[in-house]
This record gives sequence, C-alpha cells and structure tokens, in this order.
Amino acid sequence: MAANNFRHALFCAIITLIISYPIIGFNLEAQGINVTLTGADATTITMVFLAAVIVFLFQLFREQVMGALRGIPSPFPEAKNEPMAENKRAKIESWVLTGIVVFALFWPFLVSRGSVDLATLVLIYIMLALGLNVVVGLAGLLDLGYVAFYAVGAYTFALLSQYLGISFWLALPIGALLAALFGLVLGFPVLRLRGDYLAIVTLGFGEIIRILLNNWTTLTGGPNGIGGIPDPTLFGMEFGRRVKEEGNTSFHETFGIAYSGEHKVIFLYLIALVLAVFTALVIRRFMRMPVGRAWEALREDEIAARSLGLSRTAVKLSAFTIGAFFAGFAGTVFASKQGFISPESFVFLESAIILAIVVLGGMGSQIGVVLAAIAVTILPELAREFSEYRMLIFGAAMVLMMVWRPQGLMPMRRIHIELKKQE
Amino acid sequence: MLEVQNLSMRFGGLLAVDEVSLDVQEHEIVSIIGPNGAGKTTVFNCMSGFYKPTGGKILFEGSEVQGKPDYKISRLGMVRTFQHVRLFSQMTVVENLLVAQHRHLNTNLISGLLKTPNYREREQKSLDRAAYWLDRVGLLDLANREAGNLAYGQQRRLEIARCMVTEPKLLMLDEPAAGLNPAETKELNQLIISLKEDYNVSVVLIEHDMSLVMDISDRINVINQGRPLASGTPEEIRQNDDVIKAYLGEA
Repeated sequence: MAANNFRHALFCAIITLIISYPIIGFNLEAQGINVTLTGADATTITMVFLAAVIVFLFQLFREQVMGALRGIPSPFPEAKNEPMAENKRAKIESWVLTGIVVFALFWPFLVSRGSVDLATLVLIYIMLALGLNVVVGLAGLLDLGYVAFYAVGAYTFALLSQYLGISFWLALPIGALLAALFGLVLGFPVLRLRGDYLAIVTLGFGEIIRILLNNWTTLTGGPNGIGGIPDPTLFGMEFGRRVKEEGNTSFHETFGIAYSGEHKVIFLYLIALVLAVFTALVIRRFMRMPVGRAWEALREDEIAARSLGLSRTAVKLSAFTIGAFFAGFAGTVFASKQGFISPESFVFLESAIILAIVVLGGMGSQIGVVLAAIAVTILPELAREFSEYRMLIFGAAMVLMMVWRPQGLMPMRRIHIELKKQE
Repeated sequence: MLEVQNLSMRFGGLLAVDEVSLDVQEHEIVSIIGPNGAGKTTVFNCMSGFYKPTGGKILFEGSEVQGKPDYKISRLGMVRTFQHVRLFSQMTVVENLLVAQHRHLNTNLISGLLKTPNYREREQKSLDRAAYWLDRVGLLDLANREAGNLAYGQQRRLEIARCMVTEPKLLMLDEPAAGLNPAETKELNQLIISLKEDYNVSVVLIEHDMSLVMDISDRINVINQGRPLASGTPEEIRQNDDVIKAYLGEA
C-alpha cells in the first residue's frame, strides 16, 4: 500500500515537471529576425521544482489531507432538528424572498454607480442561469451552446435599432421570441440525442452563431460589432443629457431635477431586476405545471415517460424553446446596458460560465442558481487584484466546491403536495 | 379488444418472435408464459410500440396500431409496466402519478401560468385521482417521499398505480411479481383481480410465478423460442404435454 502510494506520488510529480517545465522553463526571445530559445532564470526553475515537490507530498499524504478536509464542518450544516411544517416553511420562505426583492428595489439609491452596474450584470446572469436551468437542470439536456440564444437576443435588438430604429421595449419581446425560435430550430436535429452527443451538437451550434456574426460583416459589422445601441426609455423619457429622438422628452427635465448619469444606470438595473423576477416567477410556475413535471420525467427515465404517453418531441422542444426565450430576454438587456456588442461577448467561455452557475447552484434549484450567479459574477470582481490568476482562483473554487458539496449550493427540494384521502 | 395476428419480430438474423397470435377480450386476464429468452418481452415491446414489428398485425379495438409510436399507443389506453421498475426516482411518489395524468390536465401553457379556474379544477381532479390510487395501493402516507427511496415492493405497486391513473383499458404487466416475497405476491394477486373486477380493465401478464399465473389467468398463452406452443385455460395448459416438456417440467 505504502509503496503503491509512493509510486503514484512520484508519477504525479514527474507529470507535473513534464507539463510545467517546457511551458514555464523556456522563453522564446526574438533577436532581429531570429528566435532563440533561452532558459528561464533560476527562481522560475526553482518554483517549478517546488511545485513538483508540493504535488509529490500532497499525493503521498493524500488520504490524511482529504481526511482532515472532510473533518471541517460543511458551511451549510444539514438541519438536525425536526423539519418545520411544510406550510409554515413555505410562508416564511415567501416572506423572506419578497423582502429581498423589495430591498433590491431600493438598494441602488444607496450605493455607488459601479456597484449598480455590476448588480445589473449579476441580474443578467441570473436570467441566463434560470433559463439554462430549465434545459440542463430540469430537462437534463446538456447544452453547451446556450450563449447562442443570448447572442440572438442581443443582436436582434442591436440590428433592429440600427436598421429600423426600433426601441428597447419593442425589441425586448421580439428578441426573446426570435431566440425562442432559434431554440426550436436547434431542438429538431437534436431530438434523438442525449448526453455527450447532445453536448457536442449544441457546442457546434453556439460556435456557428458566433462565427456567423463574426463573418457576416455587411449585416453585423463583423468583429467591429455594433455600437450606438439606444438606452431604454421610460414612457418616452430619455435618460441622456440631451434628447436624441424627436418627440421624446428627457427624464431630468420632466421631473425638474439636475441631470445625473446615475439615473440611467439605476433605471437599467431596475429593468433587469423586474425581468429577472419575472423570469424566476414564470419558471417557478412552470415547474409546478404538467410541462415542468414532464421535463423532469424525461430526465429521469425517457422510456417510462414515453410509455405513459408523453411525446418526447413536445417535451424536449418546449424545454429548448423556453430556455432560449429567457436567454433572448437577457441578451436584449445586455445590449442595452453595454450600448455596444460584438461577437467577442458570446464566446464559448460564457456558455461554460452559465453552465458552471447552474451546476454550482444545484441542478434544478432556483434559489441555488440565483446564489451561484451572484457568487460567480461578483467573486472575479472582488479578486481583481489577482488579475491574471482570477481564472485560476475561479477554477480552484469550483474544484473545492465539488469536493465539499457535489450536489450544489442549494440542491433542489421537491415540492410538497398535500393530499386528502379519497373515499 | 386486442388482437395480435401472426406477429413476427426479426433482429438481423435472429427471429425473436415468429408468427405469434393472441387475443384479449374485455374483462379478461391473459397470461404469456414461457422459458427465459422465449420472446415474451419482445411481444410486449411490439404491442406497446417500443419496437416496430417486422410482420403481422396488432389490432386494438378494431384499429391497427403496429408501428405506431409508443406514446400514441399509450394514449389509446394500452399502458404497460416494465420488467425492471422504471419510476421517476428523483421525483416524489405523488409527482410520479401527476406526470402520468398530464393529458387529463389542460396542456395550455397560458391557462396554467394564470391559474385559471378551469385549470385549478382539473389540477384538483388529478390530485384527487392520485390520492385515490395511492390509498388503493397503500402508499398514501408516503406521497411526498422520493420514489427512488421506496422499498422494492412499494415501487412495484407505485408503478401499477401510475398506469392506473391514466385510466387505461388494457394493462400490460411485465413480470410484476419478480422480486416480491410470498406475502407481497398474494397482495399483488388480489390487486390484479380487483383491477379486472372493480375497474373493468383487461390485463395481459408476463410472469414466471406459476401459482400467480394459474390463480388469476382466464387464459394462458405459452411461447417457446419465439413460437407459440399452446394456448388455453389454466387447466388445459397444466395438462398439455408439450408445455410440461418445454417449461413446466414433469413432477
């Protein structure tokens, strides 16, 4: 056993050396037109060997280290005391949630512009993650190209405003519906696929959309993106210093207050908040409806679901369509917030982050997904000092999370249904 | 009500089912027995639409159903259980029954989102039906447990209840007594008889437990190596020399 352990640890250390030494230990230096290979300085080499030693020691004493880690109590201890009565718990939960939403309504007036801007981004990610939660968490269809629908929503608004001068409020439903249509179109070819195969096809779909946006320069401007996307208006009142469009008035003049750039930021935040709450409520309702139960049934056992008369086509397509619909929502808000979009914003990494939010939060659990969206968006901002190590910290946090709590921050809890005895 | 005529199913070079015929009348329990690998489950899979038979006809209430997709066949009122229990194991017991009733609910998304009175009424009805059947199979107290956490015998009963809430005309049970102890088998025996007597459901049964088969069957079909071997009342089957040689064994 000990010898085996030692061999394994040695092997891991050597692998560490093989991987890291060529990457970090050598530098390519350009001298005129020639490129020469030079060794890195002594400290770097020492660091690489130190890393190998650390890996060796960790693997050697892995059992002890992991044992000690397991000894640390979970940050969310399972309640030992009697569970509360279901109706009482539900009542408290709805009060707390309402309280949080009301607080979120007033919160932007108390904090800085930067925080409100970040919070708007968080809300956009919440919408995205709630939408993807339908596809991945409930229907169990692994979708790696979800960002495509987000892009469809954002570009719909950008193009409509550029070519037709359509405003945010009209573009919002159009963007969402068009994204839903794309969801439906993607749904058809992947009806028969599950698991890994489905993941690959959706990944390809996401890339197709991004590359199309990148290369169709005459329509989308290609990598240059589209700028000058208008801000949303409030009943025809604009938030800029000067009114851009005929017939509109400006917000600060109507109310006779001094112009402030913050008004616009707060207004966008409030729109995002309302839409995020709307998304959460609609999906919550779906989960309690036959269609929501059908999604879960299909995830649990497709054959049994079909034997009970559920049509696989209808169930899968509805999951894809509804998931895409909310991504379109988020995309429209995103385009309006940024004022400028380019294919850069819709790379695969975005899909991966949204998926990470869903997995981290606990598949199918709405509260968990919201918490995870907040954590995943804010943590990299807080870790800004570490600049290039941000993704490293993010990755490490994910690994630790999966070791401690593989079921996610807040695993989905089943809905309690009271039944009366029938005679 | 169900008539299977010369059903054949070929997988490449293997003829798994060869010209099997059987029929089920209203208010009748018909069993299919035979050695392992005889093709009983394949016959079931063809009848329930999981396989598209390569030959023969299946008539349900006078209309041909062979080759129709499985979910359409089950909507006609022909519902099956599986040899290995297939529940939605992470969903609760009552949710399992609600999934099965999705057709009784209004499938219109808008009315569900707005909780129209009509939707509420239908929802209440399906909850009541679920409660009735849970009570019937003795699982009412476990309604909010996850289905995967139930004991095996309870899972079997839940699977039958899940079929019954769809209000089928014909129930197909694939080895319902597999893995049950004698007491549970006896309960199952009474449950199946009551399905026929009280709810007017016809039953097709695949089973190896001979005491169960002989007790409750009105007629029995024997299949051996994909071919029909004999059919008749339990008494006739018990006396049939071919069946004794191929399956029952000599005492």
